[in-house]
Amino acid sequence: MSKSLPSWRELPIGAVILQPGSTVRYKTHEWRTLRPVINQDKCIRCRLCWAYCPEGTILELDKPYTTKAGKVYNITYEVNYDYCKGCGVCAYECPVKAIEMVPEVR
Amino acid sequence: MKHKVPLSGNSAVAYAVKAMDVDVVSAYPITPQTTIVEKIAEFVANGELDAKVIHVESEHSALSAAVGASATGARIFTASSSQGIALMYEIMFIASSMRLPIVMTIATRALSAPINIWNDHSDFMAVSDTGWVMMMAENNQEAHDDVVLAYRIAEDPRVLLPVATALDGFFMTHTIEPIEVISREEGLEFAPKKKTWYTLDPDNPVTMGALGDPNWYFEFKKQQYEALKNSRTVFDEAVKEFEKKFGRSYGPVEYFGNEDAEVVLVAMGHVSGNIKAFIEKTSAGNVGLLRVKLYRPFPEDLIVKHLENAEIVGVIDRALVPGSPYGGPLYSDVIVTLSKNNLSKKVVDFIAGLGGRPVTLGHIKNIVEKLEELKLKPQKDLPKEPLFVGVRE
Amino acid sequence: MSRPLTIRDLPREERFAPGHRMCQGCGAAILMRHITKAVPKDTIITQATGCVEVTTTLYPETAWKHPWIHVAFENAAAVASGVEAALKALKRKGVIPESKDVKVLSMGGDGGTFDIGIQALSGMLERGHDVLYIVYDNEAYMNTGIQRSGATPFGAWTTTTPVGKVWRGEWRRKKDIISIALAHRVPYVATVNPAFLPDLYEKIRKALSIKGPKLIHAFSPCVPGWRYEPELTIAIAKMAVFTGVWVNYEVENGEFRVTTPVPKRKPVEEYLKLQGRFRHLTAQEISEIQKYVDEQVEHINKLAGKVVIGPVER
Repeated sequence: MSKSLPSWRELPIGAVILQPGSTVRYKTHEWRTLRPVINQDKCIRCRLCWAYCPEGTILELDKPYTTKAGKVYNITYEVNYDYCKGCGVCAYECPVKAIEMVPEVR
Repeated sequence: MKHKVPLSGNSAVAYAVKAMDVDVVSAYPITPQTTIVEKIAEFVANGELDAKVIHVESEHSALSAAVGASATGARIFTASSSQGIALMYEIMFIASSMRLPIVMTIATRALSAPINIWNDHSDFMAVSDTGWVMMMAENNQEAHDDVVLAYRIAEDPRVLLPVATALDGFFMTHTIEPIEVISREEGLEFAPKKKTWYTLDPDNPVTMGALGDPNWYFEFKKQQYEALKNSRTVFDEAVKEFEKKFGRSYGPVEYFGNEDAEVVLVAMGHVSGNIKAFIEKTSAGNVGLLRVKLYRPFPEDLIVKHLENAEIVGVIDRALVPGSPYGGPLYSDVIVTLSKNNLSKKVVDFIAGLGGRPVTLGHIKNIVEKLEELKLKPQKDLPKEPLFVGVRE
Repeated sequence: MSRPLTIRDLPREERFAPGHRMCQGCGAAILMRHITKAVPKDTIITQATGCVEVTTTLYPETAWKHPWIHVAFENAAAVASGVEAALKALKRKGVIPESKDVKVLSMGGDGGTFDIGIQALSGMLERGHDVLYIVYDNEAYMNTGIQRSGATPFGAWTTTTPVGKVWRGEWRRKKDIISIALAHRVPYVATVNPAFLPDLYEKIRKALSIKGPKLIHAFSPCVPGWRYEPELTIAIAKMAVFTGVWVNYEVENGEFRVTTPVPKRKPVEEYLKLQGRFRHLTAQEISEIQKYVDEQVEHINKLAGKVVIGPVER
């Protein structure tokens, strides 16, 4: 096994994990074949994509945005592409079809 | 000298649980363990012990709830016998691997089938590979004291493993002997409550019971192996301090009789009392008894020390492993220990007292006579199979 | 009573970290994300073995931000009983301050709850532990690769109820876990569905405000097990409600209330046709399932004392 992993002497006993939420160290973006792209001008900030994302990767940011039509929003939804697995639930559930699933090019 | 109280083995255990100010008791009734839990319930009902009693619906849940309570930081006690121990088997491995200082008393009893409520060591021996510290008492005072020792050992940061104490079903659980009862004050002074292990604390959230893949699993097994090994040092320290405080002396083993005895019997539990009586009664200067108290970790050094000079060793096993190359589990431990230390000894295994069949002075006499006879034979002529004592041919 | 929650009221802070290995579009992942938001920070979670457990706690990492423990498959409710008893004992003895309100949440899949864990669950419910138990029901043993459980519905293909010349998928009906829980006279049981999140929050919060044992049965679509494209998870969850296959309701101290009324039901095939596990069904088998759903709806309406789930509209 890998030499860089700690010895049994160094590990907290009983396989207890001391860092809550530490799966953030593991990026799941490689699972993705399709990438959700949010059209900020079409988006009506309904929050459904944020709510239904299984990963919590739709970020709800207090970032103002003015649409091309001149509508001002205080909130912007952005995708955290580090973890998005590309399931497409957000795009499917978007009531105004403001999210497009585009093929991932690597 | 302290005042002595007449107590059954099970009551003696319950009084020790009270002395340890246990926080949570989760247990399921099974003969012959039942009166331990009844007595504890009585203490709680009368306000003599401030503990939560969980009336679980099975032994599996008894130990599962014990794991949950221990992981929350409570001092926890459970007890069982026979089929109950078998039902706990799965969780016994998990409790030791999660490094939780649970204390359980096993009121030893035969395993089914045929269903049999009487005493042997089948249950105790069946769980001897689950990573628990394991010890067995010979009398009710020791059964009482062992529970107190158990918490001290289990909660020591060098150990953090569950501890099983044992006493023989009926022969001890339901037999009354005079006991010096340890008080709560004395008990907590000897084994104070300290937070020595990881717990489920919302202010410091941890994850317990994670999945260990091939990159990690092995390291935790090694940790566990070392901890169980280290528990011997902690045991030795604990019994030393126990003797200072309470005046009763225990060791991982007890040797009885002439140190130069040619014939040495190895046994565990209450049957040792009969063997001692035999040695005393017959003034058999040629016979010694090595009683194993601490079974896991197995006290190899002391086994060697006390068997080194014996001409022949007879192991009395109260459990049977059909199909194995050894027959009885205690015999196997003794054989491996001697062989590791390059001691080529004549060792004979006797399977005795299964399912509550009494091991009488007559049986012991027969065993000793058999050993005297085999002592004169070359090693190659020793029986290749265990000898069954007291079974009808 | 305060106004009903809306999607705007759901807390922004994530309490279930990404990077876990649950499948693309996993229904249980949506549930876990919101369950952990709905419960207070001071909640201890006990979890049964299952897909959520293995995919969220691969040592040395955990997705959980609450204190969390897994012991085995069949004993999450027994472990929770121990946790709850310990909290009570330690509070009484002054080790944990009396003012500290720590909740206990126990979770398992349908296998760990309906089948192998039913005994421990029954014990916990009967003894009256102050624990909320949530079963995420994906209707089969998904962690080991889609084997049928006592929660697998009639007609569903699984790897142990395959479709062949003799067998036509699962031939028995789903176990009624809610009735089992109610038979223990618990103060609160409810059903929740990841497509109806404000309802889920309200029920979890209400459950935690009630002392004693509570059970919430959560609908949990499974992409590989139910054989559908991952984007359809919420669509299927909604369709289950719109067809009456799943009804969102609660029973609070014996009082029954449907929380998502469906005035006009869709035919059951609208739900079945979204999933590959029902692809083999004949018209006759579908009508049999329709009959089962009709029976269930009739029962629900009877409990509600009025028509809350309407007739099928074709």
